[in-house]
Amino acid sequence: MKISTIFAAAGLMLGLSAPIAQAADISGAGATFPFPIYAKWADSYKKETGNGLNYQSIGSGAGIKQIQAKTVTFGATDAPLTAEELKKAGLVQWPMVMGGIVPVVNIDGVKPGELVLDGVTLANIFLGKIKSWDDAAIKKLNPTVTLPAAGITVVRRSDGSGTTFNFTDYLSKVSADWKSTVGAAASVEWPVGVGAKGNDGVAGNVGQTKNSIGYVEYAYAKQNKLTHVDLMNKAGKHVSPTMAAFQAAAANADWAKAEGYYVILTDQAGEQSWPLTAATFILMHAEPQDKAASTEALKFFGWAFAKGDKMAEELDYIPMPAPVVKLIEATWAKDIKTK
Amino acid sequence: MSSQHSVKVVSPEQSAKARMAILRRLKFSDVIFENLAKAAAYTVLLLLGGIIISLIIGAWPAIEAYGLNFLTTTRWAPSLKPQPILGALGPIYGTLVSSLIAMIIAVPVGLGIAIFLTELCPHWLRRPISIAVELLAGIPSIIYGMWGFFVLGPYLAVHVEPQLIAFFADVPVLNAVFSGPASNLSLFNASLVLAIMILPFITSIARDVFTTVPPVLKEAAYGAGCTTWEVVWNIVIPYTRVGVIGGVMLALGRALGETMAVTFVIGNAFKIQSSIFAPSTTISAAIASEFAESGGLHQSALILLGLLLFVLTFIVLAAARLMLKQLETKQGK
Repeated sequence: MKISTIFAAAGLMLGLSAPIAQAADISGAGATFPFPIYAKWADSYKKETGNGLNYQSIGSGAGIKQIQAKTVTFGATDAPLTAEELKKAGLVQWPMVMGGIVPVVNIDGVKPGELVLDGVTLANIFLGKIKSWDDAAIKKLNPTVTLPAAGITVVRRSDGSGTTFNFTDYLSKVSADWKSTVGAAASVEWPVGVGAKGNDGVAGNVGQTKNSIGYVEYAYAKQNKLTHVDLMNKAGKHVSPTMAAFQAAAANADWAKAEGYYVILTDQAGEQSWPLTAATFILMHAEPQDKAASTEALKFFGWAFAKGDKMAEELDYIPMPAPVVKLIEATWAKDIKTK
Repeated sequence: MSSQHSVKVVSPEQSAKARMAILRRLKFSDVIFENLAKAAAYTVLLLLGGIIISLIIGAWPAIEAYGLNFLTTTRWAPSLKPQPILGALGPIYGTLVSSLIAMIIAVPVGLGIAIFLTELCPHWLRRPISIAVELLAGIPSIIYGMWGFFVLGPYLAVHVEPQLIAFFADVPVLNAVFSGPASNLSLFNASLVLAIMILPFITSIARDVFTTVPPVLKEAAYGAGCTTWEVVWNIVIPYTRVGVIGGVMLALGRALGETMAVTFVIGNAFKIQSSIFAPSTTISAAIASEFAESGGLHQSALILLGLLLFVLTFIVLAAARLMLKQLETKQGK
């Protein structure tokens, strides 16, 4: 992330557009969140077929820019483009894999899953309206948990991020206050808190700071052994962040009806649904310049859908369900002109 | 007599010709050398000009959209619809204050180390201390960032900040500067990390210039009965003032532009708060955090921030030059 930032900055300041090596390898750039699974898929794919994938995890926004500039064969983003934006840019979009975002806390004596919050309370904490852990709103949701009379340190992302986009999208859906004062975007004007870079930055900060709260991709919470918080979902049920809960939210999504697969998986209906579920997307040109490269890229994605599910689950990602994969493959055939 | 010698002596015309040939050859190589050196020097100017021009081009949309308001706005809302509100006051404040605190800490300590090394230190201890200071300069900034994040920040938040907050609680003005709550990531933490990072610059330059003081001056002063303090204060420092100020300014330049370490520990909050224990941000930290994911006006504003840092650093260097010049004229009266 750091190095890519410096290169992007250096390239820009010198007025150069950084061309990306276009050898036999498939080239892509974008979101950092799916990078571990793309890297793993690429590794296996190379072993199986001999074809490599060169994926630069430079961030969703930068990925969109790269694909628009046609310097890569595909772009990747956590924040989907709307059908209108897709049409304007001549791009085709589909979801590749899904994952969950979890709030994490560091409070002495509170174990993972012990604390439960609802959307409004979570929003009020991140708005700075709830300042202390023994606030009545938190106590009401957690009558049996002993909470300290300590100030809450909010930890959030300092860089623009697809994780932030999905998190703030959820808060906007559940809190009118949040929607009007902050809104949903990859980088927002945070009312309170310290900014940390990347999911690992937030995880590290929450791990270090007593009485803090942050939000990270599920895998980061698990790897860093952080104390996750349970949430009340749209159906008013208490849910824990598990693969089953992410899948329940994902199953709810009506991909078939969404133009350009523009579906945001936060705050889905259903008793089991985890409210902070998110998908990550791939972008390709409908009429690619380099048709051979695009064919190769699609072969890779097809292979990943067919054989990559287990690898995704190992890394705590949720594979796309089979019917959705069928839809996506139909989209490829229909919309991407590789011949 | 003369005829005997005339065999060996080359005629004047011949000797002049030979000398011309050698001179011409020398002149030719001199011209090449001069042009190469000139080209190298002009390349620097060209690069500098190119950087400024591309910064201005990149920053132009933001300059058009915000104008001078950019310098006086504290809000930083990159995704506000229809147009983002972006202002540089927060990062400018963070940059200046973090550098100022770092200088307040690092200048006396750095000069102290240099004085100890050149005037007081036993010989066998000089090398280890010098090497340790120089090693500090060799540590990559990301390491300082990690250390500040994992070690210094948590330590400050538990063992230093609460005590300072309590100590200054009843002092007007200072109780606002040192007010709670204590935070791992703060302007204070960033300033301390910066102070450690710029310490070796100040120390090694000061040590080098201190050793240029002619021993006879110092010996004369000691002979006249001066104490070590008097020698340092009245002989060494006045003699080396220009070099010391140069070193301090170099350190300030580094502090203003330091990026990664600060990004790690400052908390990246676009806010101006009276307390130095609150999170803040600097120009370079803001650019490093947000550039990759930015676009449109947001990106342009970040480039404008970069241009401002450029100008800020330029002002610092120009001020240093001016100060040095004034000192020189004063001395030369």
